[in-house]
Amino acid sequence: MIFSPNSPLQLDARFVCQFFLALLLTLSLSACVSSASKPSLYQQLGGEQGLDRIVEELIQNIGNDKKVFHFFADAKLSRFRTLLTEHLCEVSDGPCKYSGDSMEDIHTGMHIDEADFNHIVELLIDAMNKADAPVTAQNKLLARLAPMRKDIYRR
Amino acid sequence: MKAMPIKMNTYSLGFSLTLNPGIATRIFILLSVFASSLTFAAGGKILATPGVSQVEGAAGGGLVPWAQLAGYASDNEISASGFCSRASVSDYDLDVCGVQANLFDRVELSYAKQTFDVPALNTELEQSIVSAKVRLYGDIVYSRWPQLSFGVQSKELSDASVANLLGAKDDSGVDYYLAASKLHLGAAAGYNLFWNFVLRSTSANEMGLLGFGSTSKGRSLQAEFSSALFLNPNIAFGIEYRQKPDNLNLGETDWRDVFIAWFPNKHVNLTLAYIDLGTIAGAPDQTGWYLSLTGNL
Ligand code: HEM
Repeated sequence: MIFSPNSPLQLDARFVCQFFLALLLTLSLSACVSSASKPSLYQQLGGEQGLDRIVEELIQNIGNDKKVFHFFADAKLSRFRTLLTEHLCEVSDGPCKYSGDSMEDIHTGMHIDEADFNHIVELLIDAMNKADAPVTAQNKLLARLAPMRKDIYRR
Repeated sequence: MKAMPIKMNTYSLGFSLTLNPGIATRIFILLSVFASSLTFAAGGKILATPGVSQVEGAAGGGLVPWAQLAGYASDNEISASGFCSRASVSDYDLDVCGVQANLFDRVELSYAKQTFDVPALNTELEQSIVSAKVRLYGDIVYSRWPQLSFGVQSKELSDASVANLLGAKDDSGVDYYLAASKLHLGAAAGYNLFWNFVLRSTSANEMGLLGFGSTSKGRSLQAEFSSALFLNPNIAFGIEYRQKPDNLNLGETDWRDVFIAWFPNKHVNLTLAYIDLGTIAGAPDQTGWYLSLTGNL
């Protein structure tokens, strides 16, 4: 294979730089705004009240969903509500300690596939929208939940 | 997921401004097919994660292929997609329509037909591209390392006379590329940040529209790059950069664009871009607009 005279490293530096400069500026500006108070992710999601709303909306969504409701048909609702709220509270640095079982233990044997998992994510995003959680807080929560997938699906 | 109603009026209105009737009809048929078969939709991937369709038919941005496969099929699903795009720059127009299949989020097969219009010479060049892309590793959202895919694009001009005239060696050629893509959730002040990097081995002149290679130059390695920021789950804006060889010594330049993509639901997405294609066949300053619509089954 022959390398062309204008080698891969010779990207139009100005163009790429301009993009990252703009990005950096956006980031640092919003960093300034947020570093003033630095609310925890838990607070950004609306604190106790916010999480209660998110979990309630998620339960509603699951209840109305053809694709994944069957997974939850035998689950005890009050226990699920309490433990999921606790879990999301802990994950978002809130003042809670999750008292349930590990993600792996809970979901093993459910045979959740890739599409099921992504669908729950979509129902959660929809629930967060209904609970008026800001997009940035939603993304940060999803970023913390995403690595748990390996303990939850294909088990 | 709720199937949102397709706002047919909005799309046909947007396209009637720039597309010729033939293309508009094809898009309309495409949309009707999608609208009438929404119940068969494979939707195991999260909204917007497959990206849009690039000009050679692969899932990607506008100009650059990405590591994701077209459509929303997850590991036990199959999906089919179709797209039409138009790039309109100072002296040329490029129309592309194509179809894509996604088999179990492992293999993408696509076919695209490009029509390159040179109004000044009253000439039209046509190229067809048959492609395959295989996902080698990962998932742009979940895996620790970027998703990695290997792609092959087999291109053939229907008429080689212009290419030959300009000194091209062949009227067909094959591109190979390796693409790495990653979506970082919440990484940019809470917004989702996407990037994609491609290494392509190619002998194509202007993507193949001006033939392949020349008497003195053949295959070379080119780099391509994309990045996007998601304002919300439905709207992304970003840039692309595509390095290109100059086999014909016509001052062929790298391509770049700034785009905004809209994903109202999993069935359609619309991309608008400002593109800078530099010098094409000796004509400099080829800047203009790019509009693309993809529909997913
Ligand atoms: C990041 C994603 C997920 C997280 C963080 C999560 C977390 C939890 C938590 C904290 C509980 C309560 C613990 C308990 O009841 O003992 C729970 C229960 C449950 N989860 Fe998940 N889960 C996730 C994804 C999924 C998915 C994708 C499904 C199915 C499609 C699912 C199905 C269930 C079911 C059915 C229960 C109730 C079990 C029972 O009470 O019998 N989960 N999950």
